[in-house]
Amino acid sequence: MINPDLSVNLGGIELASPLLAASGPFGYGHEYLERIDCSALGGIIVKGISLKPWPGNPPPRLAETASGLLNAIGLQNPGLDHFVKEDLPLLARAEPRLIVNIVGCDIDEYAAVAAGLSGLEGIDGLEVNISCPNLKAGGIAFGTDPAETYKVVGAVRRQTNLPLLVKLSPNVTDITIIARAAEAAGADGLSLINTLSGMLIDIETRKPLLGNIFGGLSGPAVLPVALKMVWQAAEAVKIPLLGMGGITTAEDALQFIMAGARAVAVGTGFFYEPEVISQVKEGLENYLVKHEIKALGKLEGAARKGGIINGAC
Amino acid sequence: MVTEKQAIAPGYCRLSFKAPHIAGTAYPGQFVMVYMNSGYRHLLPRPFSIFTRNRDKEEVSLLFAVKGQGTELMASAEVGSLWKISGPLGSGFPALPEGSLLVAGGIGLAPLAFLAASIEKPRTLIYGARTASQLICPPGVLDLPNLEVIEVTEDGTRGERGTAADLLLGLLPGPPALFACGPGPMLRAVKTLCLHSGTPAWFSVEEKMACGIGACLGCAVQTPKGYSRVCREGPVFSAEEVFNND
Repeated sequence: MINPDLSVNLGGIELASPLLAASGPFGYGHEYLERIDCSALGGIIVKGISLKPWPGNPPPRLAETASGLLNAIGLQNPGLDHFVKEDLPLLARAEPRLIVNIVGCDIDEYAAVAAGLSGLEGIDGLEVNISCPNLKAGGIAFGTDPAETYKVVGAVRRQTNLPLLVKLSPNVTDITIIARAAEAAGADGLSLINTLSGMLIDIETRKPLLGNIFGGLSGPAVLPVALKMVWQAAEAVKIPLLGMGGITTAEDALQFIMAGARAVAVGTGFFYEPEVISQVKEGLENYLVKHEIKALGKLEGAARKGGIINGAC
Repeated sequence: MVTEKQAIAPGYCRLSFKAPHIAGTAYPGQFVMVYMNSGYRHLLPRPFSIFTRNRDKEEVSLLFAVKGQGTELMASAEVGSLWKISGPLGSGFPALPEGSLLVAGGIGLAPLAFLAASIEKPRTLIYGARTASQLICPPGVLDLPNLEVIEVTEDGTRGERGTAADLLLGLLPGPPALFACGPGPMLRAVKTLCLHSGTPAWFSVEEKMACGIGACLGCAVQTPKGYSRVCREGPVFSAEEVFNND
């Protein structure tokens, strides 16, 4: 059998591989691109960019937890101008597709960043972060409210013709309501999930472990939660989904695809195993060969077919 | 591969690894990330300063206090077992001038032992801890040509009585440069003395890390220019850059 076809189209972005680097852990690409084999990577979603530089949260910013990682980086980033001058040239030359994650304190800032990135060479799409739980005054209000989600996605949509992904927060009562709002506002695809809000306490100092008190939980611990939300979103919208949350193996990735994701992203998995993407890609190919499936796309939503009825919970 | 394990004292361990690339290219003050052999139980690798390096044997060793799940796993490593280690990482110490003063507090000895071994000209190491049982340097490591070692304990159970900073009072100004690693309170006291005496100083600091290569911005430390990455701009910073927020 010839090599199975892993290419997918994610909301207008042609990906040679369905495996992406999630926004955050991969930074702006420089460090990993010079250290690991990125040939298996279909795309890079860079760390969130705001209009002006954001300083980030006070340390400690990280805490390991059971099969998970709690972080409160605080969307530290060098701002739009620095990104365009210093980071974009290198990223534009790299083989994987480039998706820029954008953040803002208000709708005007989101729109300004989107406008500033439109028409630049080497950018293949935008991902709007409406869901980061780290900033006290930041994205949380957008991603938890359908009306605010509609407003901010619409504002970004009016500034750009680039394929537009919207990254959803899992810290909501019903993910399908937000998913529909983003789709109605013009999103070309949805990324889910962002981190789950959480905290830890140091019992010796009797204080919260993170400098920011609250952080976002990621890693294998969150996989079942993420998978369920991808499943629910797939039911609610017609636009393609980028699934993420605790993926470290091909088996993990396949579950997201079968739940309804078009492509998947790895974040925390890079810390656990820097060569994770190569390993997942090899595992996907082996699975497809073993089951005599010519293209990964055939498995999209496979677990949803055959008249399966949603469980009670 | 683990080539040697020394359980030095209760709660302390030294592991030697065969690691040709790291042993061949590391310089003092740099660190390595040790990946845990425990599946999903511990997702993150742990950062450790390089304690000793042997180019001929292609080995580096790490000295650590056993104080969490990761270091407990490492302390139970068997000789011959395979561990994934990445490095050398970070920006280490500048070149050590003759007559320099090195100040190590407890387990902070690790990067300074490597630094002390980088030249054979005269230099002095102040090695301090709360009590004698915390002066845990394995025998032989500090038997270096022209290295003067002054031990100091707060309770006087070994060497001089007092803190490393107490000893510094009598030695500054004078040395062309000072290099230090140890607990925060010690480094803050050393910083004050260095600034008052006009002694250039560099500190090796630590912070929780995830990627170890500068991508994730998890190991930020506050400097006058904003947050810096301990894993990339550090772990060695000039005294002016760190401990300004108190």
